[in-house]
Amino acid sequence: MFGSLTRGCAALVIAAVMALPAAAATQLTGAGSSFDYPFFSKAFYVYSQKNPDVTVNYQSIGSGGGIAQFTAKNVDFGATDVPMNAQELQRAGQPVLQIPVALGGAAIAYNLPGVNATIKLTRQTLADIYLGKITKWNDPQIARANHGVKLPDTAIVVVHRSDGSGTSYIFTDFLSHVSGEWKSRVGVGKSVSWPAPSAVGAKGNEGVAGQIRSTPGAIGYVELAYVVENHMPAVTLQNSAGKWVACSEATVAAAAADKPHVSPTDFSIVDAPGANSYPVAGFSWVVVYKKPADSGRARMLYDVLSWLVSSAGQENAKSLDYVPLPRSIQASALSTLKQMQH
Amino acid sequence: MDEPAFRRIARFVSPVDRGFAAVVYGGSALFAVLIVGLFIELVLGSWPSLRAFGPSFIWKSAWDPVASKFGALPMIYGTVVTSFIAILLASFVGIMAAVFLADFAPRWIAAPLSFLIELLAAVPSVVYGLWGLFVLAPLVRTTIGPVLQHLLGWTPLFAGPIYGVGLLTAGIILALMIVPTVTAISRDVIAAIPRDLREASMALGSTKWETATRVVLPAARVGIFGACVLGLGRALGETIAVTMVIGNRPEISASLFAPSYTLASVIANEFTEATSAVYISALIELGLILFVVSIVVNAVARLMIWSVRGSRA
Repeated sequence: MFGSLTRGCAALVIAAVMALPAAAATQLTGAGSSFDYPFFSKAFYVYSQKNPDVTVNYQSIGSGGGIAQFTAKNVDFGATDVPMNAQELQRAGQPVLQIPVALGGAAIAYNLPGVNATIKLTRQTLADIYLGKITKWNDPQIARANHGVKLPDTAIVVVHRSDGSGTSYIFTDFLSHVSGEWKSRVGVGKSVSWPAPSAVGAKGNEGVAGQIRSTPGAIGYVELAYVVENHMPAVTLQNSAGKWVACSEATVAAAAADKPHVSPTDFSIVDAPGANSYPVAGFSWVVVYKKPADSGRARMLYDVLSWLVSSAGQENAKSLDYVPLPRSIQASALSTLKQMQH
Repeated sequence: MDEPAFRRIARFVSPVDRGFAAVVYGGSALFAVLIVGLFIELVLGSWPSLRAFGPSFIWKSAWDPVASKFGALPMIYGTVVTSFIAILLASFVGIMAAVFLADFAPRWIAAPLSFLIELLAAVPSVVYGLWGLFVLAPLVRTTIGPVLQHLLGWTPLFAGPIYGVGLLTAGIILALMIVPTVTAISRDVIAAIPRDLREASMALGSTKWETATRVVLPAARVGIFGACVLGLGRALGETIAVTMVIGNRPEISASLFAPSYTLASVIANEFTEATSAVYISALIELGLILFVVSIVVNAVARLMIWSVRGSRA
């Protein structure tokens, strides 16, 4: 029934299929935070150029989705803006390692036509604005911090993230630290119930930035990268040391450097104590199993992640307006990663 | 030959016929199974929330993920109001456009104009959202809003601060998105009205306007109503364009300028980051409510059409 030509073709196909795995690169998979996505996108591409036998496929589906996929063992690593809590670790079943891989700051952008000077706000004033207690830009509390600036009688429109986001988590964490009323009334979370009567939600950092740009009198929190790329005016905040700091790579890195022993159970770096620290900053984390199922993949995963937290990997963060991890954090991340059995 | 007699003769006799019958009946049954299966999946997924909040979920007004307090009323309000504004604007514009295209327009205008209107339906939803955020919202804030507030600010509907984003802007964007549906179907329905009716009306001395409004439109009203319901169905479920211009605030407010929230927007915004079981199931319960509302709207429309035309719509 099967002639010699057919048999020959079949043999060729079978040989080709069997030879394929040896020639193809191993693809590691990860999923999670959308904050990390631009950074991972570039970094993993650069890594694959240098190590052609490994590619990394990262899906930006949100921190919650990343943790869910990681727990279901559908991906090799997860990425999340808030480390897994005790409940999530228990659901994972096996021991999990969590390492900080990216650092970001939330700048407070605003839109106040006619005012050229950069607005200064104390932490309490910012909290009161978001609580809805301060409703106009020429409120005495704001005027007190901005001597000589003619503030208009414009209503403040408070913009926040409508989607669940790590940036919202960092910002509400900061507000809870500086305002007891915020902590009891609203709390910390990726999605919260915003109390200001003029609060408007927009989707994604790009949505918040767009909303602020097109609404006079608006104020909102966006990732540093968006403020830099779009040349938006951002508030100068007074940090806990009493100094006035703008959101920049240096000030966010200073906030991170104040806590060299950051860990998944003690990961908040908002309202950091240093003189040059920007108060609204936070890490983004990667989670891996301590003992991954496949030891070959574990070796490759270890190599990729240890490169990612090193200076070489973090260089890719700079060009995308992320803040590279300070040396002390890089070292502690690497030592946590070394616990991985590969 | 009448219908029952035909059916008696055209039975499935041969094995090929029987196989064909299985495929045809099976394909139809598949849809019923899908709908029922979807409903069951939604109920199962929202079980923790159904158990925690019970029926009060529908009339409570909270949305606090931190304290795990959820209530759907603001979202239901936002969905209903934006869809209502949309269908009001779209049906008025759509029906007038359909009458123009079917009866009044010369052929060299009618064909390209129909094509352009149908092209509106091809624009992706997110492009509408971007246009809404960067063009329409500022327009509402600087021009349309203040004018409406000047004229009608004494009613609670047009009072209050104008942000640019809000129920009115979302309603206008939705109207733009459903106008092609309403116009295209209405135009076909109006064109299908027999010419005899129009000619008889004209012979009796009516003007073109009187023919259109007193003869043609009443004759076509069932089909036009169906077109409007189809448009309403699309408006109820529209997600991305609405979430970019509605302001995303889970609060009920009388003013049309106020930010609001819709069922579809909440799910799109918060599903990826929802981690606790009650939170996820509350979102799925919102999906269940949207599903039920859509089915009820379509069923009511279908029943109304049947009552006018007899069964077999």
